[in-house]
Amino acid sequence: MSEHSLELKGSLFPLSVLHCSDLSISSLQSLLTAKLAQAPAFFYQAPIVINLQDNDSRPDFVALKQLFTELKLVLVGVTGANAEQKTAAQQAGLAVLQAGKASAAKATEPSAQTAPAAAVKPTQVVVQPQPMDSKIVEQNVRSGQQIYAKGADLIIKGAVGAGAEVIADGNIHIYGSLRGKAIAGASGDSSKRIYCYNMQAELVSIAGNYWLSHSLQGEFWGKPACIRWQGESLVISELV
Amino acid sequence: MAKIIVVTSGKGGVGKTTSSAAIGTGLALAGKKTVIVDFDIGLRNLDLIMGCERRVVYDFVNVINGEANLKQTLIKDKRVENLFILPASQTRDKDALTKEGVERVLNELSADFDFIICDSPAGIESGAMMALYFADEAVVVTNPEVSSVRDSDRILGMLSSKSRRAEQGLDGIKEHLLLTRYNPERVLKGEMLSVEDVKEILAIELVGVIPESQAVLNASNSGQPVILDEESDAGQAYLDTVKRLLGETVPFRFLTVERKGFIKRLFGG
Repeated sequence: MSEHSLELKGSLFPLSVLHCSDLSISSLQSLLTAKLAQAPAFFYQAPIVINLQDNDSRPDFVALKQLFTELKLVLVGVTGANAEQKTAAQQAGLAVLQAGKASAAKATEPSAQTAPAAAVKPTQVVVQPQPMDSKIVEQNVRSGQQIYAKGADLIIKGAVGAGAEVIADGNIHIYGSLRGKAIAGASGDSSKRIYCYNMQAELVSIAGNYWLSHSLQGEFWGKPACIRWQGESLVISELV
Repeated sequence: MAKIIVVTSGKGGVGKTTSSAAIGTGLALAGKKTVIVDFDIGLRNLDLIMGCERRVVYDFVNVINGEANLKQTLIKDKRVENLFILPASQTRDKDALTKEGVERVLNELSADFDFIICDSPAGIESGAMMALYFADEAVVVTNPEVSSVRDSDRILGMLSSKSRRAEQGLDGIKEHLLLTRYNPERVLKGEMLSVEDVKEILAIELVGVIPESQAVLNASNSGQPVILDEESDAGQAYLDTVKRLLGETVPFRFLTVERKGFIKRLFGG
């Protein structure tokens, strides 16, 4: 082929699939708001597909799209739709996706098992891995404060005081002095790193491998430094 | 509407009550109608430092419980115009303060005064939280040594997360650093943190540096706020501090070892 400026290739992406028996705007709004409140950063601008398998009604897709936008979600399409629903979804500019049989069955089962005994039928959002988010802290983290960036990088503009703890599943960036504890890769990812502008830490840890302050009091004490896990041990190096 | 300033530190014995008395008196001297409220329920000290311990009839807890009104309870200072003290109860404990009760009393004071100085107890428990909860500004009293600095850092965290301003999403409490018991000679010898060290760690604006001084102890023992001793270095440093709190720009004094002082000590003994 001589023309390479445009290519269409098939790819697989993780999408969150929404299973919900009642797709009326008001009920969905309250259910989703409650769900999102549990982890607002996690679902921020997450692509969502609605599973219509157990639903014979004809939802108002334009209104649904609007609702998802308001909730900072991206409605990309529907799956398990009947002919009438397909037409309506396409008219609203949504993709009609064909789910594999196995995944469709798997996805619906847990929703039945974990259903709480409430009058309202539950919304079950099946969570797929999402790209790593970051949590940004604009001030100093004071002694006694603890900040945890779940499933995210942690960026701190100020200093981390002695007796303060900053923890992230991702990397940690500190633009002030680090005098407290910094724990990166808290869920076990040893490829994560700690960067700070002034290294005076009480403890640094990557994926559970830690150094106390005395291991840090060498060349890089009080200087910009980066901590990473290499081979069998932690390694400290200059920042630039 | 009065401005509510909490004088706090986390650590005990760093000079909160001495500073509350001095700053409150200084504001009154500057013509601002000021009340100093002792939040240290059960360990009442402010009355001693202010020299009004024999004039306490009712106290803060009585006012909260509605057993006395503010007019009966406030003690008017005999030396300085516009200065009042609301003493703490010595017989009760910190749990006697309720958020609603404190709010009601502060609101009532607020209508009548320019400044309300809240003298916080040490610690980070309910008493100290109550003292800082309603504050607009905070004077964080710190000694130039590591444990005091760390406790101040802790209390700064509380100020930015546990106060009414933080809870209501208003502008944060304005934080001032007041360094007390500063001894430039010991800083030179490396026995004490320097002003720069403390400023670097706490990263808040410096409002005053009070030198370690015999005058402070003398003042406390005689029940005279040290700011009234205008001859003393500590008194002058507090006067400067009050000016800065009121928005003036005043150069910092008593930060270096003064040769004059040394010679004076040799000959003037």
